Amino acid sequence: MVILLWELVTRYSGWSSQVFPSPSAVFSSMLELITNGELLKHTVASLFRVTAGFYLAVVLGIPLGIILGRVKIAKLLFNPLVQFLRPISPLAWIPLAMLWFGIGDVPAIFLIFLSSFFPLVVSTSVAVESIKPTYFQVASNFNFSRMEVLTKIIIPAITPNVIIALRLTITIAWLVVVAAEMIAVQSGLGYMILDSRNALRMDYVMVGMIVIGIIGLLLDMVMQALGNIESTAWGRLAK
Amino acid sequence: MSYIKIEAITKSYHDRRSAPRKNSDKSNEIRVLDNINLEFKEGEMVCILGPSGCGKSTLLRMIAGFDSPTSGQVTIHDKAVTGPSDNNIFVFQHSGLLPWMTVWDNVILGVRHLPEEEKNERAQEYIDIVDLSGFEHHYPHQLSGGMLRRAELARAVAVQPEMLIMDEPFSGLDFLTHMKIREELVNMHEFLGQSMLIVTHDIDDALIMGDRIIVLSSRPSQVKLERTLSFDRPRDLSKIPELSELRDELYFMLGVSYAV
Ligand SMILES: Nc1ncnc2c1ncn2[C@@H]1O[C@H](COP(=O)(O)OP(=O)(O)OP(=O)(O)O)[C@@H](O)[C@H]1O
Ligand SMILES: [Mg+2]
Repeated sequence: MVILLWELVTRYSGWSSQVFPSPSAVFSSMLELITNGELLKHTVASLFRVTAGFYLAVVLGIPLGIILGRVKIAKLLFNPLVQFLRPISPLAWIPLAMLWFGIGDVPAIFLIFLSSFFPLVVSTSVAVESIKPTYFQVASNFNFSRMEVLTKIIIPAITPNVIIALRLTITIAWLVVVAAEMIAVQSGLGYMILDSRNALRMDYVMVGMIVIGIIGLLLDMVMQALGNIESTAWGRLAK
Repeated sequence: MSYIKIEAITKSYHDRRSAPRKNSDKSNEIRVLDNINLEFKEGEMVCILGPSGCGKSTLLRMIAGFDSPTSGQVTIHDKAVTGPSDNNIFVFQHSGLLPWMTVWDNVILGVRHLPEEEKNERAQEYIDIVDLSGFEHHYPHQLSGGMLRRAELARAVAVQPEMLIMDEPFSGLDFLTHMKIREELVNMHEFLGQSMLIVTHDIDDALIMGDRIIVLSSRPSQVKLERTLSFDRPRDLSKIPELSELRDELYFMLGVSYAV
């Protein structure tokens, strides 16, 4: 439907195909980019950066969030810093990131890390704080060790909320990677879009946009699938 | 021989919301329990009645060690209670099952340190007793209210604790399930002989189950009535004139809040 409308608009709007390429033109450009390997190369580069940055953010952010949610002193010390840094757009870090890490994968990964890290810390600590006190009482009633409190209460209790947070942050990370690639690196879908714009190839730009959209959708579906695993489904189903 | 002693317990909460004046400290304290003295014998089934909000849950929490009194102390076997222990298992007013674990994993919690075989036997035994066989691998959200209560009961009893502390174990259950679980509790008490502390809103529960009935007054709450019932169970209220009389007395005492 949308594609048909798009085709009609491009045919009869009078805009040149340079400015607003038709779907058929975009489709043939996509085939071209797929066969010459360009598209795959850039997609892999982007996915690699997102995976690395996001992974780092998960590995560091969730434990820090648990500590902030559980340990009052840690919260007093670190929460102001986290809250101060959180609203700063990751894009504002671009100059510093380039100064510190030069050009290449590292600054891009750093920016993606920043974009996911703070939201993950905050939502994890909120999730920990909102665990029903009853569950901790059950834990102490059954003489749970600290480790058991972590593995049998805290982690399963926050999992549904953390999965939601992961879903939201991977979307942000995917937004940021494109922006980061327009500045700091010479590969990736963001770079491809910028480069094609400079070459006035709007059909390539659109191919890039479509691929970004599809991958964003896939990432979201993967995260959503996590929420359907039976042992985490209680979060959705319990009243 | 007294097993649990509750000595001159007082509990006050700071209530920031209803604070009338900012600079006077005393004014925003609600006194919930006011000088409660009680003693429980080993193996006794004690039922606690009292108007809503009078501090029954608060009292149970302090006996369980979840909370400490503002003044006074609770001792069990002559040792002051300083924290929870799996000698006394608490059954929560609003379910205390862990929703991310199956019935089986929940029931196993209290016996998780036992050798594998004994552990499985014990869990299965109590799951069967509460009639939940076949639901071992269900999650709490897949069970009905009565089944949840029974699962939590199985988890508590599987520990074979000295005492079960139950906060309104029958609330929110339909009439028949209420009867069945009450019967189960009486049977368990008969066979295992553990002490039971039961908060209930139902006067008949107290009359049918209690070795002793304790009535708390409204806030700040004091012990308003304490009565020992040495009748064999199962009891038929209509056939024991003393109990019918006590029943009328209790209705009168709690009458304002529990008019039939
Ligand atoms: N953590 C708390 N902070 C402040 N006030 C509290 C706290 N816990 C309980 N209270 C107050 O103490 C009083 C007694 O509460 P409690 O839950 O013990 O009542 P209850 O007798 O169990 O009532 P119900 O029969 O409705 O369960 C209530 O008025 C409540 O507002
Ligand atoms: Mg209560």
